[in-house]
Amino acid sequence: MTQLPSRTDRKLGLVIDLDTCVGCHACVISCKGWNTENYGAPLSDQNPYGAEPSGTFLNRVHSYEVLPDHGAAQLVHFPKSCLHCEDAPCVTVCPTGASYKRVEDGIVLVNESDCIGCGLCAWACPYGAREMDAAEGVMKKCTLCVDRIYNENLPEIDRVPACVRTCPAGARHFGDLGDPDSAVSQLVERRGGIDLMPEQGTRPVNKYLPPRPRDRLEREVDGTALFLEPVADEPSGFFAWLDKALEKI
Amino acid sequence: MHPAPSVIIFTTFSGLGFGLLAWLGLGLPTVTGWVACGFFALAYLLAVGGLAASAFHLGRPERALKAFTQWRTSWLSREAWVSVTTLIVMATYGAGLVFFGVRWSALGWIGALLCLGTVLTTAMIYGSLRAVPRWNMALTPVLFLVLSLAGGALLAGQRVAAIWLLALAGVVQILTWVRGDDALARSGTDMASATGLGDTGRVRAFEPPHTGPNYLLREFAYQVGRRHARRLRVIAILLMAALPIALLLLPLGHAVAAVAVLSHVVGVLVARWLFFAQAEHVVGLYYGKR
Repeated sequence: MTQLPSRTDRKLGLVIDLDTCVGCHACVISCKGWNTENYGAPLSDQNPYGAEPSGTFLNRVHSYEVLPDHGAAQLVHFPKSCLHCEDAPCVTVCPTGASYKRVEDGIVLVNESDCIGCGLCAWACPYGAREMDAAEGVMKKCTLCVDRIYNENLPEIDRVPACVRTCPAGARHFGDLGDPDSAVSQLVERRGGIDLMPEQGTRPVNKYLPPRPRDRLEREVDGTALFLEPVADEPSGFFAWLDKALEKI
Repeated sequence: MHPAPSVIIFTTFSGLGFGLLAWLGLGLPTVTGWVACGFFALAYLLAVGGLAASAFHLGRPERALKAFTQWRTSWLSREAWVSVTTLIVMATYGAGLVFFGVRWSALGWIGALLCLGTVLTTAMIYGSLRAVPRWNMALTPVLFLVLSLAGGALLAGQRVAAIWLLALAGVVQILTWVRGDDALARSGTDMASATGLGDTGRVRAFEPPHTGPNYLLREFAYQVGRRHARRLRVIAILLMAALPIALLLLPLGHAVAAVAVLSHVVGVLVARWLFFAQAEHVVGLYYGKR
């Protein structure tokens, strides 16, 4: 059914810390790996060893330069995947019912055997979270690793999305954003988490934590002067004797 | 947006076909027998041919029948229903004209209304997409409807109606371009809101996620040279409206009318190419593209 549920029992999603992400793309690789081997059609590549390789990815990391009015530019690494929106425009446009939002946990999924590959859901998504697989002809998107998070064959520590499990910087957090007491909700509260493109009216579940302001030196420092400054203003010990001796000459 | 030939052909020709069917439904012209057969054959060729072309952009066309299920929310699904209903109603109405020489006028009126409904649902597939601000305006369905009626009038040989409707279509088209050009700016979506980094400073795309191309860039980040776009707009208006109007004002012969139709069709194809090629999808902002 492409009618969105009026409410979901839980709002499972990701919190992505832009302050911590180092842009290593490990989440991109682990996502591609897990989702190629598991749920649904594999994420295909076209011409992978040729001049213009291209492929289906459910998670991509952009890098942006942010230039403040004063001070140095900042480089921000920006992982982007499906935000599992509460008002998901991709779901309502689907003509076949292949796209749906789950009532129990709010995950937006594609039933690939119903997908006709019309591409309209990808057109409707402002975030570029959906990609048509060129080999399979169906729409692929982040499943929030639905085949990991409830998978009792995996050790408990692995029952989180592959991207979260693999992130070496701890920049990705997974949990129930519908529960105000959950660790992720608390984190969003504390760090002032934001929605992407709020004006699009999609009400994304995933939140982004903006980079914290960088430490700033109080005054402008001449780089070379830093090394030439006297180590001690009032000499003591051997230097005090030397100082006195030299003055007497 | 990527101007795929399948969707350009689909929207242009199905619009023309349903436009012609609408006029036939109104009994303008009231034709029977072989003449009616010719008119209906042309209309169905355009309408069904256009709809069939749309199937070419499906990844899994063999499952196309499933598109009838989600009419509650999806304009694409609604279009499937309305178009098939229209084709059935108009086929029944056409059979009366062709085989029995009778005009079931009530059925014709319903069919004409359904024809407009089909064009409206097609337009709303595009008009309802908030992620493409240039399409997300009330003018989009107006343009599709007026163009369909104008092209239909031209094909149906409704000279006076065609002249006025072509002029109206030209005006609506220009308005759509003018309003569309700053639609992205008015939408309030920019790199700052896309990344949420606007409070820190000016945002610039530094590195894309991959060195190669991808589906998103191929599908959504099509860019037309501004100079080309301006030239193509002039060509589109001249061929779509100005030239056909001028030809219709001449003493009308069938050859002149055929040239007017051809000119109109080429003009609409150019305008439809621009409709897709110039449409900015907001996902382009993540890649630093407009």
